[in-house]
Amino acid sequence: MRVLETGNHLVALAARVAGVEVVPAYPITPQTQIIEKVADLIAEGEMDAEYIPVESEHSACAALVAASLTGARAFSATSSHGLAYMHEMLHYAAGIRAPVVMANVNRALGPGWNIWCDHQDSISQRDTGWLQVYVASHQEVADTVIQAYRITEDHSVLLPLMLNLDAIVLSHTYMDAEVPDGEQVSRYLPPYRPLWKLDPRFPVTHGSVVYPSDFSETRQSMQEGQDNARVAVRQAAREFKEIFGRWHGDLVDEYRLDDAEHVIVAMGSLAAESRVAVDRLRGDGHKAGVLRVRFFRPFPFDELRELCEGRKSLLVIDRDFSYGMEGALFTEVKSALFGHVSVSIKSLIVGLGGRDVTYELIGEMTLKAARGELDGVTWGDSHITGAHRVTMECLDEFKKILDN
Amino acid sequence: MSEKDKEVGYITSLSKPVKGCAGDTGEWRVFRPVKDGEKCNECLLCWVFCPEASISREDLEIDYQYCKGCGICEVECPTGAITMVKEEKR
Amino acid sequence: MVSFKELPEEELFLAGSTACQGCPASVALRIAFKALGRNTILLVVASCTSVLQGSYPLSAIDLPLVNVLFATGGASASGVSAGVKALVKRGELEEEPNVLVWAGDGGTYDIGIQSLSGAAERETDFIYVCYNNEMYSNTGTQRSGATPLGAWTTTTPAGKIHPRKDIAQIMIAHRIPYVATVSLAYPLDFYQKMLKAKDIRGTKYIEILAPCPPGWKFPSSQMIEVSRMAVQCGMWLLYEHEDGETRFTAATKRIIEGKVKKRPVKDYLEIQGRFSQILASKEGKEAEDLLEQEVSESIRRLHGWVPEYI
Repeated sequence: MRVLETGNHLVALAARVAGVEVVPAYPITPQTQIIEKVADLIAEGEMDAEYIPVESEHSACAALVAASLTGARAFSATSSHGLAYMHEMLHYAAGIRAPVVMANVNRALGPGWNIWCDHQDSISQRDTGWLQVYVASHQEVADTVIQAYRITEDHSVLLPLMLNLDAIVLSHTYMDAEVPDGEQVSRYLPPYRPLWKLDPRFPVTHGSVVYPSDFSETRQSMQEGQDNARVAVRQAAREFKEIFGRWHGDLVDEYRLDDAEHVIVAMGSLAAESRVAVDRLRGDGHKAGVLRVRFFRPFPFDELRELCEGRKSLLVIDRDFSYGMEGALFTEVKSALFGHVSVSIKSLIVGLGGRDVTYELIGEMTLKAARGELDGVTWGDSHITGAHRVTMECLDEFKKILDN
Repeated sequence: MSEKDKEVGYITSLSKPVKGCAGDTGEWRVFRPVKDGEKCNECLLCWVFCPEASISREDLEIDYQYCKGCGICEVECPTGAITMVKEEKR
Repeated sequence: MVSFKELPEEELFLAGSTACQGCPASVALRIAFKALGRNTILLVVASCTSVLQGSYPLSAIDLPLVNVLFATGGASASGVSAGVKALVKRGELEEEPNVLVWAGDGGTYDIGIQSLSGAAERETDFIYVCYNNEMYSNTGTQRSGATPLGAWTTTTPAGKIHPRKDIAQIMIAHRIPYVATVSLAYPLDFYQKMLKAKDIRGTKYIEILAPCPPGWKFPSSQMIEVSRMAVQCGMWLLYEHEDGETRFTAATKRIIEGKVKKRPVKDYLEIQGRFSQILASKEGKEAEDLLEQEVSESIRRLHGWVPEYI
């Protein structure tokens, strides 16, 4: 079915054909249209799922995991502070090996209160054990929801997946996309068959106290699940192409990399933006390319090492920052390449709080990185503006009052 | 990890129900309940109140393997058929 | 009226668990499971029960059980309930099993109140049992919103200065089909209320007073007697609320009807070490009076008025 839809609505439409059975839902801008669309589809009789209008995101994740543990295919969506609120539940979901899928509309965390795009929310959850994918187009949004359950429910994986899509840029803009029909999807995605579940025929205790003597192995097993996910992700992408004829990359996605000397490494819509920058640079005679990190967890070590070999410069774009350290993608790319590939790597921090990032800026920075004109870390176009002067003035006035 | 360790078993903690999951909890006792069968009127109160399910419903005999010696049975027995006695040294 | 002989024999809470001697949760679990039977999915909220069930790889509970995070009792129940509905729809389960949440007062009165409230508003079909030992027992007997005025806990070493909440009343205000309070000293009353809850559709809330020997500081052998005294002095009222009506039951009913004299709160306070400090202090009489007032006020709220013989 060909539609003209927002990224958010495509998430809901894809969740429907993926046969999700339980959807706990709590609204947060800019995710709301996902759960509203699901509610509409159910009310109109077009989707057969149990809708749980929970009273908080922490509860959304609790209901999500609990439903999954009974053997049902469960789905939810959140963003930013909602994701942060459910942080302890994210650890729980991975630790109890619930293969749930949750769309996260990447939005900045406050204060200041900001509903626009950056990756701080999902980056802050990278240690939880969840698989993380960052999509870069409306079509990829729809297709990845379907691929997601193929990956998470694989018995060698059984880890939850966070499907990240950029706020406003993808969630709220309209593009045309193909939503596969249920029959096609059922050829690709079989019904969920859990390895174990809560069932009166099976009186087993899940998740009780585990002493130090036994704990480590459960964690090693989670890492195994992540490693196995690399295979599952590649397989899911390959088979998706065979059945639906579309390819968005697997762990990474490449654009004009073959003979590229200068590579932009980025995630999400900025990686799509970078393609435009690359086309312009190429037009000016510079051999540039984009290496889009699609799956951030598991981190694509092998692909990075292979694809960055022999390049002249890398520019890693982060739409996030790990305060006291660096942009997370920058750190992890360097870590992957250390001891394997020697290349100049520079970091660009842009787009925080949804600030617009132009392909001109990306192109300019890529060239500067190529010429060695950048410091290690460059904060895009961030500088104290006139608006911040107001904060300074308030502080001055307070000082006068406090000093008296 | 050995081949056996690589089996599904470590995915998450799944535990099986079994009596005595804390071992022979009878070893916790300082006092043990002793029943005088002649005084027992089979009211079943001791069976209902035993936190350890260590008084059998059928014959109202005490299972000393798990009885922790809490003393509730002595207090609640309406006929005084149970007495708490200092446990022997083992 | 059920007699002890009719209580099912099968034990689903098995002997030899890691529970303390005389643990009220042990007795409560045994009786609750006898009422609900094997066709039950159990969710245990972080509490003593998370620990007394034993540690991996052994368990003392012969039911499908998942241990859930502290704040998530209600929400997890909503998830399980939706999940089993989906499975029945799909034809993979024949009937929906009982969904039982087992939480302490910490996970109910304080950190878990939000998700319990949400589940009740959503009319989630489950039984929520709060076994209330009036403190955070599992972490070492710290105060909770259920700790009564004057009680010692490790975080109220001079005695709690605030009164406790009344969650059962809050659940009545949620307009759920069944709310009941029970005491281990009246096990048939407890059993019958569980049976009733089992057959009602919607959210059912049952609260058990669970006197904890180490936390309340009394010998383990007195556990049932303390449960009894709590009811006899009114500090724990036994009632059920159904179809918009509150009915007292068992010993509370006899007290309200004047058939049995209510004991003074002082008698109950004196048998527990957790009140010895406040009773010996100059605030002792005031605390006692405030607690008697709390009893009267609870009766007034449930009954409409307080009979003059109480």
